[in-house]
Amino acid sequence: MGRTLFEKIWEEHVVASPEGEPTLIYIDLHLVHEVTSPQAFDGLRLNGRTVRRPDRTLATADHNVPTDPISTPVKDPVSRRQLEALEENCHEFGITVFPRGHENQGIVHVIGPELGVTQPGMTIVCGDSHTSTHGAFGSLAFGIGTSEVEHVLATQTLPQQKARTMAVIVNGKVPARVSAKDIVLAIVAKLGTGGGAGYVIEYRGEAITALSMEGRMTICNMSIEAGARAGLVAVDETTIDYLRGRPGVPEGDEFEALANRWRSYVSDADAEFDAELTIDASQLVPFITWGTNPAQVVALSGAVPSPDEYDDPDKRDTTERSLAYMGLAPGTLVRDIPVDVVFIGSCTNSRIEDLRAAAAVASGNRVAEGVRALVVPGSHRVKKQAEEEGLDQIFLDAGFEWREPGCSMCLGMNPDQLKMGQRSASTSNRNFEGRQGRGGRTHLVSPVVAAATAIKGRFATPDEVGS
Amino acid sequence: MKPVRIFEGHAVPLERSDVDTDQIIPSDWLKRVERTGFGRGLFSEWRDDPTFVLNDQSYVGASILIAGPRFGTGSSREHAVWALMDYGFVAVIAPSFGDIFRNNSSKQGLVIVQLPQEDVDELTQLVKDEPTRLIVVDVEHLRVEVPETGWQRSFDLDPMTRERLLNGWDDIGLTMRRESAITNYEATSHAPTLAGVFDENGHTS
Repeated sequence: MGRTLFEKIWEEHVVASPEGEPTLIYIDLHLVHEVTSPQAFDGLRLNGRTVRRPDRTLATADHNVPTDPISTPVKDPVSRRQLEALEENCHEFGITVFPRGHENQGIVHVIGPELGVTQPGMTIVCGDSHTSTHGAFGSLAFGIGTSEVEHVLATQTLPQQKARTMAVIVNGKVPARVSAKDIVLAIVAKLGTGGGAGYVIEYRGEAITALSMEGRMTICNMSIEAGARAGLVAVDETTIDYLRGRPGVPEGDEFEALANRWRSYVSDADAEFDAELTIDASQLVPFITWGTNPAQVVALSGAVPSPDEYDDPDKRDTTERSLAYMGLAPGTLVRDIPVDVVFIGSCTNSRIEDLRAAAAVASGNRVAEGVRALVVPGSHRVKKQAEEEGLDQIFLDAGFEWREPGCSMCLGMNPDQLKMGQRSASTSNRNFEGRQGRGGRTHLVSPVVAAATAIKGRFATPDEVGS
Repeated sequence: MKPVRIFEGHAVPLERSDVDTDQIIPSDWLKRVERTGFGRGLFSEWRDDPTFVLNDQSYVGASILIAGPRFGTGSSREHAVWALMDYGFVAVIAPSFGDIFRNNSSKQGLVIVQLPQEDVDELTQLVKDEPTRLIVVDVEHLRVEVPETGWQRSFDLDPMTRERLLNGWDDIGLTMRRESAITNYEATSHAPTLAGVFDENGHTS
């Protein structure tokens, strides 16, 4: 029997498989940021341990950096201390670090791919659950906690139980104006927040292979919202073309030889998965989350559900609680819901393609009166490229804010937060209670829906605005 | 970490499903560089609400949290585990858990007891009927019981996690016994490194 892509990568990384213990697997690349690492570095110092492979470790500031102009200091002393600690720790242990304002700084899941250090067949970890993003390159990438960060720093390995495999097959072509974000919201809605637990998902099918790398990253990014620690897409020419010429890969013949090896990172035709989910792409439409978990999804053309629609008492209770938190009445048409804030950014949707798509909708339009709209590029490289293409000017002319890169309002650790009761259309990945600020109400959408919503001042699709 | 063999304590039922790690500890608390003091941030968005169960005087001092399905999904923040333990919880009993949260708990010695929904419901009822009832969590025999009523259930833990809890073993120390296997692996790996990609200031050539 053939092997799945996951099994191929797994088997290549087994260091030891002692009887009765989890398998010890090798980690090729460890990405580090300021929030989940300080206690890990402290642990190393406390035990007199060192970083085994600084040359397999890369750090950037992203979670709590302000997105104000780089020339303004970090005002919050606790955040400043954490950013300083990252730099100090990296210098002490010999790790390359991109502090705030560095040309390579950005959201950790944006910079790995754009620098070409995320490569097919690798094992990649980071103390962040959205590490699943890197799976778009046919690499096994998953989020870990701080104890595991310390473990990888010290040993470059992790003890792991082998996951089960799930194929999520998106057949056919998506209709026009349906984006990668809509595909993954549909998948999370189908699987539920726990449906992927214990699995590594491989996204397959025509609608997936038709996506750019940016689109594939958006899909893999939200694997964790369905409970799966990792998502994968098989390597193809789209993967290889994206990586060619990036700083982290060799040039010329050496690259082509590497690319040839990468082409083997696909599931064999006769490989079997432990579970399978099939989705018909032609049935997909622009989606939005209405509640407080990412599986609470409706069509943008639809209405907010009622607790009465569910027989399961737990689901009824959750729906009631979510509606109350979101300040929504059952049956409200999504298009009738006004927003206060629009956030375009995050490791889900802050790459150049996302910004181009949003700018195309914003072009020639104006953000509605009373709406605050922020565009936060995923990295300095994305920002620079967008500015070279004139996207910043399109956004600014339309009344959007054009900010410095970082995680920003996705999790509201920096000053970019919703105020109590404010409602956002957000291209990020989590609509949890208080995620974007205490009492804030988050609706997850695609970049084009976010841009159209900013212009209309209520949830809208791009075809409702002239562009 | 400290060994955990068997312990008894009072429980508090949360009675909410899908409690993600953002609810357990909001991101504002993640700016700290220390590992202690997170108990004050536990469920902090809900703590101001006088009707929130942790504010119910009947449950003061509870060391076992009974939660709903999919507890600890979402963000990988280990701060969620630190907050629960710093507050005084020794175990969480729920029908299902987020994968990363479960892993993080095992590294810190927070005991994860997964029971079928109906068992969790029964236990919740027993505790609500009489909050002072003692609950025993026995990691050695993988059993949770309410001695007063004779209610008893078995739970699963992977054998290594159980061993580590019982002995208080440090994961890194255990892995370091495999030093030669790691070195051998590295000698055969052809996965690229970052060597030569960045200069000492992090710039690319």
